[in-house]
Amino acid sequence: MISMMKTLSRSIREYKKASILTPLLVIVEVILECLIPFVIANLVNEMQAGCSMGVIVRYGIVLIIMSVLSLIFGGAAGATCATASAGFARNLRKDMFYKIQDYSFENIDKFSVSSLVTRLTTDITNVQMAFMMIIRVAIRCPLMLVFSFAMGFIMGGRLAMIFLFTIPILGIGLFLVIRTAMPLFRSVFKKYDALNDSVQENVQAMRVVKSYVREDYEKKKFGNAADDVKKDFTKAERIMAINSPMMQFCVYAGMVFVLSYGSYAVITSRGLDINVGQMSAMVTYSFQILMSLMMVSMVFAMITMSAESAERIVEVLSEESSLKSPENAITEIKDGSIDFDNVSFKYSKKADRMALSDIDLHIKSGEVIGILGGTGSSKSTLIQLIPRLYDVTEGSVKVGGIDVRKYDLEVLRNQVAVVLQKNVLFSGTIKDNLRWGNPNATDDELVEACKLAQADEFITQFPAKYDTYIEQGGTNVSGGQKQRLCIARALLKKPKILILDDSTSAVDTRTDALIRKGFREFIPETTKIIIAQRVASVQDADRIILMEGGRITAIGNHEELMKTSDVYRDIYTSQNRTGGEQDGE
Amino acid sequence: MESNSMRGKRAPKGVLRRLIKTVFGFYPVLLPVALLCIFINALVSSVPSVFMQNVIAIVEKNFATGDWAAASGPILKLLIILVTMYIISLVAGTIYTQLMAIITQGTLAKMREKMFDHMQSLPIRYFDTHNHGDIMSFYTNDIDTLRQLISQSLPQLTISGITLFTVFCIMLYYSIWLALVVVCGVIIMTVVVRYVTGHSSKYFLKQQITIAKTEGFMEEMMNGQKVIKVFCHEEGAKADFDAVNDELFDNSEKANRFANILMPLLGNIGNVMYVVVALVGGMLLLVKAPNLSVSGMALSISIVVPFLNMTKQFAGAIGQVSNQVNMIVMGLAGAHRIFTLLDEEPETDEGYVTLVNAKENENGEITECKERTNVWAWKHPHHDGTITYTKLQGDIRFYDVDFGYVPGKIVLHNISLYAKPGQKIAFVGSTGAGKTTITNLINRFYDIADGKIRYDGININKIKKADLRHSLGIVLQDTNLFTGTVMENIRYGNLDADDNECIAAAKLAGADDFIRRLPDGYNTMLTGNGANLSQGQRQLLAIARAAVADPPVMIMDEATSSIDTHTEAIVQKGMDALMQGRTTFVIAHRLSTVRNSNAIMVLDHGRIIERGDHDDLIKLKGTYYQLYTGALELD
Repeated sequence: MISMMKTLSRSIREYKKASILTPLLVIVEVILECLIPFVIANLVNEMQAGCSMGVIVRYGIVLIIMSVLSLIFGGAAGATCATASAGFARNLRKDMFYKIQDYSFENIDKFSVSSLVTRLTTDITNVQMAFMMIIRVAIRCPLMLVFSFAMGFIMGGRLAMIFLFTIPILGIGLFLVIRTAMPLFRSVFKKYDALNDSVQENVQAMRVVKSYVREDYEKKKFGNAADDVKKDFTKAERIMAINSPMMQFCVYAGMVFVLSYGSYAVITSRGLDINVGQMSAMVTYSFQILMSLMMVSMVFAMITMSAESAERIVEVLSEESSLKSPENAITEIKDGSIDFDNVSFKYSKKADRMALSDIDLHIKSGEVIGILGGTGSSKSTLIQLIPRLYDVTEGSVKVGGIDVRKYDLEVLRNQVAVVLQKNVLFSGTIKDNLRWGNPNATDDELVEACKLAQADEFITQFPAKYDTYIEQGGTNVSGGQKQRLCIARALLKKPKILILDDSTSAVDTRTDALIRKGFREFIPETTKIIIAQRVASVQDADRIILMEGGRITAIGNHEELMKTSDVYRDIYTSQNRTGGEQDGE
Repeated sequence: MESNSMRGKRAPKGVLRRLIKTVFGFYPVLLPVALLCIFINALVSSVPSVFMQNVIAIVEKNFATGDWAAASGPILKLLIILVTMYIISLVAGTIYTQLMAIITQGTLAKMREKMFDHMQSLPIRYFDTHNHGDIMSFYTNDIDTLRQLISQSLPQLTISGITLFTVFCIMLYYSIWLALVVVCGVIIMTVVVRYVTGHSSKYFLKQQITIAKTEGFMEEMMNGQKVIKVFCHEEGAKADFDAVNDELFDNSEKANRFANILMPLLGNIGNVMYVVVALVGGMLLLVKAPNLSVSGMALSISIVVPFLNMTKQFAGAIGQVSNQVNMIVMGLAGAHRIFTLLDEEPETDEGYVTLVNAKENENGEITECKERTNVWAWKHPHHDGTITYTKLQGDIRFYDVDFGYVPGKIVLHNISLYAKPGQKIAFVGSTGAGKTTITNLINRFYDIADGKIRYDGININKIKKADLRHSLGIVLQDTNLFTGTVMENIRYGNLDADDNECIAAAKLAGADDFIRRLPDGYNTMLTGNGANLSQGQRQLLAIARAAVADPPVMIMDEATSSIDTHTEAIVQKGMDALMQGRTTFVIAHRLSTVRNSNAIMVLDHGRIIERGDHDDLIKLKGTYYQLYTGALELD
């Protein structure tokens, strides 16, 4: 809990002043707010004693000054509080986002996309609310409590004894209510999330639902789940709803006591022990005290509720990136040669299965390598070690003859361009997307790269050409077009090593061949690694690697493998037997 | 998107009324009882100040003499009344808070169900034209704002309203002059509240928009995080993020600033009002001005003092109301959005031809029967009262069909084709050629603009949609599975199927093998659209699901995503098995599947440009030939 607070509080930074100022301002506001009824009580006394107009005016001036001051401090506190909490949320969001930017692939794999989005949005909002509560209300209420309590004793004398009776009742009551309701709320919120997940699932699968005419079935399923959530929610809320009558009870009890015992005391002591003014002041204070106790309990509930959000945020913040640029990093890559020396790799230390075992592979600069293998053969894993997206578990990977762990990460990744299998275009123009490869690329360079990736042709057919806006997720271009844009983007890096991870699967064979032809002619010195499902995509490579279960099972060029590898021959014939199969994709 | 532009706007008039009416409709008894209890509670808790004042007045009168015996009688009487009122108030308070908890959660649940039910009735067009994230936020954000509105704002508003009313009446009872002072104060307060909440709610609504924007941004960035790493684009991503983040901060700061200032502002205007009432009261007392009041009482100190308390109470109630303003604005905006969803036109269905179980005798005559016979017939009632039965066979014909997603913008032109029972028809063509669109018409996800589609000789517009869809099986491009076991997911195709039938379907699809290797076999739980399965495995399950439905007509939209050769072969085998003996429409993304089709339709820009079987089309040396030789791109 404390270390969590510590981590979070690091994000306050420039809003420290506002964060400290707020409670200070609140203190003054509270003092004034508590003094005002005190002055008013005196005024009432004076008036009842039949004071002159002058006295009333004097009191009036004092009261107005106090009100104005209270307004200034209260308003200022409200403003600084807003700044502090919104600012804190901004920094927190920033720290999280920046932290995620530092994550390695390994770190990214740990969190799901949707959970990161929730952490960056809903969770931060919750924490922001709690922070606002803490610096404003959480200080205001106990203070109010203490002041009112003190004033109550000063003003009411013995009458204030009633608080010793009502406050514990209310306090214990509130505590019990919150303690029973909180776990209920927590569990129901989980169910509630699951319910919303099921709605999402339904919306996405609407075509399936309608095709199978399962509307009524879905309605029933949802109805039951919604009912379940309702029952739990109602239970929790009904417990919470006890708060308000309980509070009213305490106020009423206090009132009755003040009125009965109070009037007895006033009359029997002839107003000497306790006077009328004190009595009416007590009425005011007892209300205030119980009110602030109530607020304390609400704040407490809110803070506990946001604690889980805070935990989730801290989880992201305290995740340490498992990959960092070394000190005195090498910033020059000699050539595009790659060496895997006895490399073994597993995704997590705890995993008992190696994703790659005993890889010994040496690729010369400028060579073209094709990789074939079924799902789960770790083709992608192998190539992700080259730009150091993951670190090897055993052995070493060298680029240009030097261990990748000695290079500056940015230098390495700019020279080793990977077109990922699950690739993403970002919302923005085609130009914007291409310039990810090289922010300073001229328009001519963009066109050149696109021509090489066979993308220029379709881009120029768009009305807005290179300024065509790509929707989020690249939904307005076809799969094949998207892949070619991604290749162009990678080419703009002018890398020494280019890796295509199944990046032409949606591109027709002719275009695919044109792309490879372009590579041969225009970037011959670049080392190229091509992962594919189609034999045709790798057939003309210098060497083809067959992988299975994280091992290299065969290596050689097309002719050699046709002779030596049964697996390769099988794949080749199966793809060529039915004629159009490999062509049509 | 529509709902996106709706976000951040105030709700139009009438939404509150409709909301209250809706809640009232859900709880025609409980809600009035709750309101009554709120009323009693508010009324009773605003009156005691009168009694308190009376007690204090008696104390004042008697304390000089110190005669407790004389005072105790009337005080006791007053106290008994007070305690009675308190008890009533407590009982009413307990009842209404409990009832409100029930009503709030019940309303939300019913609202959710209503939304969900209505959503199920909406045409596919709605889901195609609305962002799924936006649809989701009806169930999350909008329902949440509604919760605040019903559980907090509504009772608070009622209580404060009643308090204001009763207190004001009492004020008039005591002194109209002093009440006027209070009215002046209220006017000032109202102006202030309007000004401040006008600003704060503007920014709160703006904040809602930026939150949605931030969510979209985060979603995109987190999805592309690996690409960001590969391109070392972290700094760029940070810069983009900063802009979004700063905007959110700006709106959030301003919104909260105005909201936070409101309470001290009102509280202190209340204090000033208090002082002014004291001053005016004192002045009136001094000059012995004639009082004007409902009660006709003369102005005295014992009127001015309770009046002061009431002033405080009055100001407090206004504060309470204004505290709710932002919630109300946001809640009503949410309610408005929910109502727009509920007002969406549902899918219409004028069909009257239904699908029934049937028996066929030796003469080929068809009669309806109740039990499951696995023979189906279309039951076609005619105007003259006669009923004809047509055997379900799976004969589908298109006659000059035109279609456009938007009226006036035709995307399919003059489509004519026929598929006899058991035949396989394939559609090929590039992206946007209209392949998927054609299949959307067969099951009436969309209605044609012109022409006719007949199923077993019956115009599909006459067939009840549910029955039409029952007679069609679909395997979609993107596989959607549901949270539940593997068995439940297969059974989705036919809820009456027993376990053996489901397993048989899985075997037919070629899915049985991998299912048995799952940790819990057929009872393995699937979550997140079968996230723990591979793409190929998900497709196999979708095929099994269609197989268990056993329809005479199948529509297969091949998956575009690449799966490895081995898995692809298994999926292909499953699809082939499923097509056996059924009329099948295949939307091909790989030409390997179309070769043995009875007819291949090559589509381009919504027109059939070539048709015939494989050999015909190869001979034609047209587009199909080019596609086949890899010169053109499919998908």
